[in-house]
Amino acid sequence: MPLSPQEVLHVARLARLRLDPEELERMRSQLSAILDHIAMLQEVDVSGVPPTAQVTNLVTVLRPDEVTEELSREAALANAPDQRDGMFRVRAVFDE
Amino acid sequence: MTDLHTLTVAAARVALAAGTLSSYELTEALLARIQAVEPRVRAFITLTGEQALAEARAADATRRPDSGPLHGIPLAIKDVICTNGVRTTCGSAILETFVPPYDATVVSRLKAAGAISLGKLNCDEFAMGSSTETSAFHITRNPWDLERVPGGSSGGSAAAVAALMAPASLGTDTGGSIRQPAALCGVSGLKPTYGRVSRFGLVAYGSSLDQIGPFARTVEDLALLMQVIAGHDPRDGTSAPVPVADYCAALSGEVRGLRIGVPGEYFVEGMEPGVEQATREAIAVLRAQGAEVVELSLPHTRYALPAYYIIAPAEASANLARFDGVRYGPREPGESMWDEIELTRGRRFGPEVRRRIMLGTYALSAGYYDAYYKRAQQVRTLIKRDFDAAFAHVDVIAAPTSPTVAFKVGEKLDNPIAMYLSDVCTLPINLAGVPSLVVPCGFSQGLPVGLQLIGRPFDEATLLRVGDAYQRLTDWHTRYPAL
Repeated sequence: MPLSPQEVLHVARLARLRLDPEELERMRSQLSAILDHIAMLQEVDVSGVPPTAQVTNLVTVLRPDEVTEELSREAALANAPDQRDGMFRVRAVFDE
Repeated sequence: MTDLHTLTVAAARVALAAGTLSSYELTEALLARIQAVEPRVRAFITLTGEQALAEARAADATRRPDSGPLHGIPLAIKDVICTNGVRTTCGSAILETFVPPYDATVVSRLKAAGAISLGKLNCDEFAMGSSTETSAFHITRNPWDLERVPGGSSGGSAAAVAALMAPASLGTDTGGSIRQPAALCGVSGLKPTYGRVSRFGLVAYGSSLDQIGPFARTVEDLALLMQVIAGHDPRDGTSAPVPVADYCAALSGEVRGLRIGVPGEYFVEGMEPGVEQATREAIAVLRAQGAEVVELSLPHTRYALPAYYIIAPAEASANLARFDGVRYGPREPGESMWDEIELTRGRRFGPEVRRRIMLGTYALSAGYYDAYYKRAQQVRTLIKRDFDAAFAHVDVIAAPTSPTVAFKVGEKLDNPIAMYLSDVCTLPINLAGVPSLVVPCGFSQGLPVGLQLIGRPFDEATLLRVGDAYQRLTDWHTRYPAL
């Protein structure tokens, strides 16, 4: 079942991806083809089968909640495209 | 000594310990080799030659009888693994300026063992791809035929080892990204059990599937590297507190009495006849040596690809949400904060990464979760059960790695499904979380073919023993491309 342009636009917004109209159309046709292929999962009888999210058999791994000095504020900010007063800086989120 | 760049890790270790070779000479020889062939192969994104020479000089000065197992040995690292102070791009324009402030655990372990880094290796963007063509930087070429891809996503890691630019390297494998390029470049590669090697400092793609592992030209060298990188890490909550075997001691050369299963489903329709022939001949070599070979069935194999292309993109869509141009990487200027984030992500992620983020976001979005994500996870259970049932009867599963040899550059780039099918024999292994080793086992159309050996969880030792035994009986792993 092919995706509609509105569906693709909606997913792009959810994913915070700005796509130009040409790419939206290419994405629509490629995603539709991939979803058609994936549809073969519907033929598998999964009744009563539990889902597998991970295969480690580990549950709720904990560690002591202790303060360490592994990463300084300066090092953590070193890659930021913009910073001020020891913080990451972005454009205003709310109107003034 | 001539042709130092052809030395294996094991041979270099012996010569370094005996004092007949210095780390400086070895590093210089590898850098000379890189200078000669890298312009054609292009396996590296970042070369750190001067730093490597300085580290080699220091290694020579500090060598002692009890030095680490890789003391003074140069290696190279896939560019999705963080290296303190050395740019780590993930093959992406969104991280083209990122310099990590810490080392991944595998990198600190290699350093503690004395290893030297030659640089960072090219890969598909965020390890999403099967050809290394989706790298934002450049295409890496297959050293056996420069018109062809090295496979992917760890194409640089495989090509550097095949082209004798590094004796060994690290890669990562989420759906075949170590094994498929190892097969296509004619080198050995191991995807360890999920949880066997720490992923702290690995930039995440599909968190329930990703695993770091080594490439080398011999299984013995893989064992040496695994001994250093394997083991529990308190910084990685998915790292398993399971004891690490003595991998080198496991290499007995013996396969007598071992039960090897051959799954019919892996000889897929459309498989290249030369690939099937080389794979079956390799299995016959092990049988002639006393292994018992039985046919078996892994009935849900065909559903691994669709299940993977729900689960991996879903995890990727969440993992890659962090790339927003706020904390690292360049930022595209825009009208507002959200405008800048959407432009940065839309322009700086490449087409394949955007496609997988979209696919994963769709699969997780309201109304589709049960039909896609939950069902894929249920199918994953069935795939895992296939392996559990098989390993009740056999010790190792032997299968092809890739349905074809290396394909031409550009051949599959605009056809996502054709590209995805390249991993049809490797994806199920990641879904089940089991370990898998690839060793060169012949040629088809003059290009390398790899035998895939799949093992029980945490039984890398048996895989390495079988792979090493095979390399004692054959010489495919000693063939080098003419570059």
